[in-house]
Amino acid sequence: MKILCVCGLGQGTSLILRINVESVLREIGIQADVENTDVSSASSEHPDYIITNKELAKNLEGHPSKIILVNNYFDKDEIKNALEANLGK
Amino acid sequence: MKYLKRPLIALDVLVQSPEEAIREAGKLLVESELVEPSYVDAMVNSFKKNGPYFVIAPNIALPHARPEDGVNEACVSLIRLAHPIHFGHFANDPVQLVFALGASSSEEHLKILQNLTALLGDTKNVDRLLRVQSYEEIHQLLEV
Repeated sequence: MKILCVCGLGQGTSLILRINVESVLREIGIQADVENTDVSSASSEHPDYIITNKELAKNLEGHPSKIILVNNYFDKDEIKNALEANLGK
Repeated sequence: MKYLKRPLIALDVLVQSPEEAIREAGKLLVESELVEPSYVDAMVNSFKKNGPYFVIAPNIALPHARPEDGVNEACVSLIRLAHPIHFGHFANDPVQLVFALGASSSEEHLKILQNLTALLGDTKNVDRLLRVQSYEEIHQLLEV
């Protein structure tokens, strides 16, 4: 399973999201290949899932990957709930 | 790597707009010669182009640009705003803590983000950052 964490530039906030997503995945025992990138590069990639926020998701409309939204990048409970609700479906 | 060193923190800064908040936080990095003035312009341009997506948690903005926009050393500054400012984020507004991130392509960049994640991942720390009266209190928080 490939997961892409996406932010505007692929430098800062997507890396924070990736750190927390990897930590939550370890906790819930799911193996995945997690990477981070910027929103324009994400348009040409096809991971299984893209994790980003609502502000950027509008730039990814019609993208074939399943989009998972997270509002608070530091809230591991929110990330965990979002992952559990979407992964494997 | 310069992570929230004393000259990189300013409390109760008075600003009127998101752009001014980004410029004030960026100014601390410029004054310590950690980034070039062009980097601060790039942070503001990224906000104008990509919107307030970098308001990544309630109260917290993490403006940044790209390493090639003029970063001399991996770094992060913090300004606490005297009055919360609306950046236009649907869920996490208003913002009172602005961390300007000097993004580098080095390992130190990852280290800074790991440190920030550990600090801000605990809402008790965020509450304390909103209330502290001095740099010394922040310094204690960073050592924990």
